[in-house]
Amino acid sequence: MVVTTVKPAERHLRPYFRFIWPALIVSVLVIVFPWIFTLWMSLQDWRIGSARTFVGLDNYVGLLTNRRFLESIGHTIYFTILAVALPMILGTLSALVFHRKFHGRGFFRAIFIMPMMATPVAVSLIWTMMFHPQLGVLNYLLSLVGLPPSQWVYAPSTVIPSLILVEVWLWTPFVMIIVLGGLASLPSEPYEAAMIDGVSRWQMFWKITFPLVAPFLVVALIMRAIDALKVFETIWVISNGGPGTASEVLNIYLYAQAFSYNEIGTASAVVVVFFAIIVALSLVLLWARQKASWN
Amino acid sequence: MKVRTKRRIGRALDKAGLAAAVAVLLAPCLFVFFWVLSLSLKYDIDNTAWPPVFWPEEPTLDNFVKVFDESPMFLYFWNSVQVTGSATLAALVLGVPAAYGIARARAHKMAAVLLLSRMTPGLSYLIPLFTLFQVLGLIGTVWPIALTHLVITLPIVVWIMIGFFETLPLELEEAARIDGATLWQSFCYVSLPLARPGIVVGAILSFISSWNNFIFGAVFAGRTTRTMPVAVYNMLTFESFAWGPLAAAAIVVMLPVIILTIIIQKEIVQGLSTGGVK
Repeated sequence: MVVTTVKPAERHLRPYFRFIWPALIVSVLVIVFPWIFTLWMSLQDWRIGSARTFVGLDNYVGLLTNRRFLESIGHTIYFTILAVALPMILGTLSALVFHRKFHGRGFFRAIFIMPMMATPVAVSLIWTMMFHPQLGVLNYLLSLVGLPPSQWVYAPSTVIPSLILVEVWLWTPFVMIIVLGGLASLPSEPYEAAMIDGVSRWQMFWKITFPLVAPFLVVALIMRAIDALKVFETIWVISNGGPGTASEVLNIYLYAQAFSYNEIGTASAVVVVFFAIIVALSLVLLWARQKASWN
Repeated sequence: MKVRTKRRIGRALDKAGLAAAVAVLLAPCLFVFFWVLSLSLKYDIDNTAWPPVFWPEEPTLDNFVKVFDESPMFLYFWNSVQVTGSATLAALVLGVPAAYGIARARAHKMAAVLLLSRMTPGLSYLIPLFTLFQVLGLIGTVWPIALTHLVITLPIVVWIMIGFFETLPLELEEAARIDGATLWQSFCYVSLPLARPGIVVGAILSFISSWNNFIFGAVFAGRTTRTMPVAVYNMLTFESFAWGPLAAAAIVVMLPVIILTIIIQKEIVQGLSTGGVK
């Protein structure tokens, strides 16, 4: 649909800003104010209850040599790569399935998206019970197919893969929904043309579907990457960053600094670093998206 | 003739393949929900049995009774309703007009501020706000929790409503303006009623995210101001082996959200997929 209205002058748009002001003021209070305050606090040496001194960039320098912090970055990267890649692949495949028309599709789709709607703390609690090495149902299922039992979240080597399993279970539907939106917006003309030319189904997928859906995939990728970097609740409930610090990702480390040790200065510096990582990554991905849509 | 049978077999195979694919996709989800239901309906003797008991022989509601008896679940439920209700309502009051303004004035830079807020980890708001609320003496009431939930609900409402208002034709509003309506009147009497489906989706999605939120409540809540997810988490830390009541509590927390999801699943799919692409 092409709407050809005369481009309204700035003057005409101005009255609309009145609608925006209240929300903007509240956003500044609850969103922008914390950002500025955090930036300021990251330059202080401050434990709750004791005096505050200005230390400049000391908190940041301290982080660079802090082994636990650097390890938590490693855990975060490991977690994020798998917690993005697996739901992306599985979510895209399930979108291809749910794009087909079949009896009861709406109902099955409702069941499929249930995990991402369910309360994460409750879901984590269920998985905690399923992961139990002696009594958990997962080890029983493994024994049914003849596999040896696993320690799941109780061993340093298996804890992150186990947590990724939960993440995949939770967020595959999210990727599915976004890709499904992309598939639904596909025009039918290229397929008709390809059909006449006798193009195979596989070629149709790679040459037509994939490029047209690519922008949606990038959106799903960006959102998933941001959410995976920010992961907190599932890990906090299921393994609490343990055993030891084997599953301590950035957000868990941050929580410990801020609310267990009350090291507000250090925690604020972690927030700033964290935020910088997230913004940088989003910009790279957005740039990739623009490139993808030009081609 | 041969070609037709071949085609028929092909179609049958295709159908069987599709059915198998759907079954495989749904199995993990169904199993987990089945398992929590099963745990919640069994006595703990069965819950810690090996091999696990899948079907409760004598289903019992004892676990649910226990959850409500041993903790002030109704109070926590009421806290959650207050927090989620007020955060969603405030988000609608502030966010719907804002989304309208952004959509009509094409002020997408303002929307970017909200996108940034989605990128920021929730924890990062907590340190400054915790300090602020402590200074203001608000810690221990539900209001700090409700206020911080705006960080979650406002972006959702604005995000979904921008997409929605952009699809509404300008002509109707213009017609109202020509007939002498003010901008505010044309918003209230023309755009708002047309946007009702979008408002419903935005409200429900922000309700769900706020209901599910754990971290804000975990930091700000005192003993009597716990929200449901915080209360359930506390049960886990204190009675990690009473699986029956734990499973029952998990179901109690999830139930409102699951019911809402079933009611509006179609709209959720639409709302998320259009909101995600903008």
